[in-house]
Amino acid sequence: MKHIILFLLVLCFLAAVLHAQERPYFVTYSHEMEEPGNLEIEMFNVMGNPPGGNAFLGSNVEFEYGVKAWWTSEFYLDGQSTQNDSTIFTGFRWENRVRPLMGEHWINPVVYAEFEDTSADKALREVVGHDGLPDLLESNAVAHLDKEREIELKLILGSNYQGWNISENIISEKDLSNDPWEFGYAWAVSRPLRLAASVHQCTFCAERFQAGVEMYGGLGDRYSFGLHQTSHYIGPTMNWTAPSGLTLSFSPQFGLNDYSVPRLYRFGISYEIEQFLSYFHRGGDR
Amino acid sequence: MKRGLLFLVSVFLAAALLAWASADGAWLARVPAKDHEKPNPFQGRMEAASAGRNVFIEHCAKCHGENAEGTKKRPTLRSERVQQQATAGDLHWLLVNGNMKKGMPSWAKLPDPQIWQLVSYLKSMHE
Repeated sequence: MKHIILFLLVLCFLAAVLHAQERPYFVTYSHEMEEPGNLEIEMFNVMGNPPGGNAFLGSNVEFEYGVKAWWTSEFYLDGQSTQNDSTIFTGFRWENRVRPLMGEHWINPVVYAEFEDTSADKALREVVGHDGLPDLLESNAVAHLDKEREIELKLILGSNYQGWNISENIISEKDLSNDPWEFGYAWAVSRPLRLAASVHQCTFCAERFQAGVEMYGGLGDRYSFGLHQTSHYIGPTMNWTAPSGLTLSFSPQFGLNDYSVPRLYRFGISYEIEQFLSYFHRGGDR
Repeated sequence: MKRGLLFLVSVFLAAALLAWASADGAWLARVPAKDHEKPNPFQGRMEAASAGRNVFIEHCAKCHGENAEGTKKRPTLRSERVQQQATAGDLHWLLVNGNMKKGMPSWAKLPDPQIWQLVSYLKSMHE
């Protein structure tokens, strides 16, 4: 409990100096990179109650750093808590995103590469292969034995048009054991509720809200490619960015077939520390 | 041997000159003519500059200084290049596309009206 209070106090302190401008997406990546030198700290959670299983809360804490204007690196720590079972640390991920084209185009590609070492993961940051309900019904003790060391590659395509952001991800994942390549997809679209900024600083003005729709799911694997025997989700998604820079996101998501959890509730909180390293320089800007 | 050394030194000097030239506003030469001539839809509207100031404080001030005076690593936006040489269209193009190799990110994540408001603010410093 002490640790949680300490963590919240640190977040409150940071909220005074942080800025974020995030798309309201939980699974889909947009082509927009972290600004160079900025560190974004994010916490994303998903709650679900699979039929025949126990309710769970899956969480990620993410540290996203802008290495260059065209290169973002991100480190994740994952955990989950399952009702009537246990709360466990499920592993880590490290990903890098690189933007090969230096300007803004109609469609902007980004190449994504990730290594993950997880087990019993319930954060559901993507759906690939035949991911679905059966994975969520195992007890943590059993699921924890199945170590997943995987590489994941994504092609992220993003466009901005008249205030709308449209993002599509094509996902492929390979367990470093003998499992076949697995595939998945995600897409999302969103827009701020107002495009122009207000003349006066405001907390709840329309341009501080973004809303959209997100959909994602699996595409089977190398031997059984397709939309069957895998899960698919869709839902509205929204976020709000406070003047202090704190961003809160929320999305109820609905399973589209029997292989999916009927409802997932996702919520997130993020902060951006601008020019993070300057805090460590002598005479750095605080 | 001497000739090889001379060649290497020449290549190094040429590369250094090129790097210096591209750091010094070479992006202006890359702006397409149609973007260069784009008018600011908020031209002459003082409230746009005020709104642009809010956008600037939120997204740009940490790197370029609270009053756009520049910081140790990032340039001032009060320079002659930004205030006089660059048109509103040039600045809009730079904000949308960035100058990524030089560390300036793309701000296409901001809606277009906010980018123009930002341009209004930057240009209002000169006016």
